Amino acid sequence: MSRTHRNEAGRDEGGAGGVTVKSYATGFALSIVLTAIAFLAVMTGALPHTATVLCVFAAAVLQIFVQLRYFLHLDRSSAMYWNVMSLLFTIFIIILFVGGSLWIMYSLHYRM
Amino acid sequence: MQTESLTMPANASGGHEVHDVAQIQALGFWIYLMSDLVVFGGLFATYVVMSHNYAGGPTGGELFHLPDVLLETMCLLCSSAVFGLAMVAMHKGDRRLVLAGLAAAFLLGLGFVSMEAGEFQHMILTGAGPQRSGFLSAFFTLVGTHGLHVSFGLLWMAVMMAQTVAKGLTRPVRARLMRLGMFWHFLDVVWIGLFTVVYLMGVIK
Repeated sequence: MSRTHRNEAGRDEGGAGGVTVKSYATGFALSIVLTAIAFLAVMTGALPHTATVLCVFAAAVLQIFVQLRYFLHLDRSSAMYWNVMSLLFTIFIIILFVGGSLWIMYSLHYRM
Repeated sequence: MQTESLTMPANASGGHEVHDVAQIQALGFWIYLMSDLVVFGGLFATYVVMSHNYAGGPTGGELFHLPDVLLETMCLLCSSAVFGLAMVAMHKGDRRLVLAGLAAAFLLGLGFVSMEAGEFQHMILTGAGPQRSGFLSAFFTLVGTHGLHVSFGLLWMAVMMAQTVAKGLTRPVRARLMRLGMFWHFLDVVWIGLFTVVYLMGVIK
């Protein structure tokens, strides 16, 4: 959004709002590293069970942040304000109903 | 079509309104993506609840082949990054580079979809189809929904390549390419959750 604006206003041609080769290269390199860490942890089985699970989820959460930042260009700028707000609201809804569903189903499983 | 009809009058009256239309359309598309995220959230919840209901059938550890999954992941990740480079070229107004980037992103995405289709076919032919167990029903629904999204993304990408050739990088075409980019990166983000929760966790257990 901010990118279009700057581009069409004729300012910062091609280099604004994170749409740069550098931004995508950074995001790509970090994503490759985090994917490699997650797959290696599982494929080599070098770590104990709990450590592997933690490592895999930490890599996933970090990679989601990396891609939101460098590929989808979410940041704290005013142009991205409503995108970030709607994402936070969606995450809140997902936590409520995914977390709630899992809680109920495991509780049910436990009692049966 | 709608983009054009919305953009044309604004185009005549000055540049600022045009940008506002593109900005509002991008936010509207983002809100669609957020609703799609809720859909995936529901499918993830279903999958996690069903992930141990094997009904005596094969488990994830027996079915999943991680090197293939890693290759699929790389296809989608490279496709997403190459699409980003096409966006950089779009802002520079380089039509040939945009088309080259879109073509590369399309082929990598096609590689992903065909690998996934091959995986599904192999599973169904070896008796591990969606009707085998609750786990497999949830697996095919979740992974299949993502695969269907990627397939529609490919269709959209083919349409946008044709539009880029036929119309050039006009304002509406650029705005559509931006929204396609959002869709494509979004699907890559969902795939991170998928390979973690379904494939890696399936093999760890």
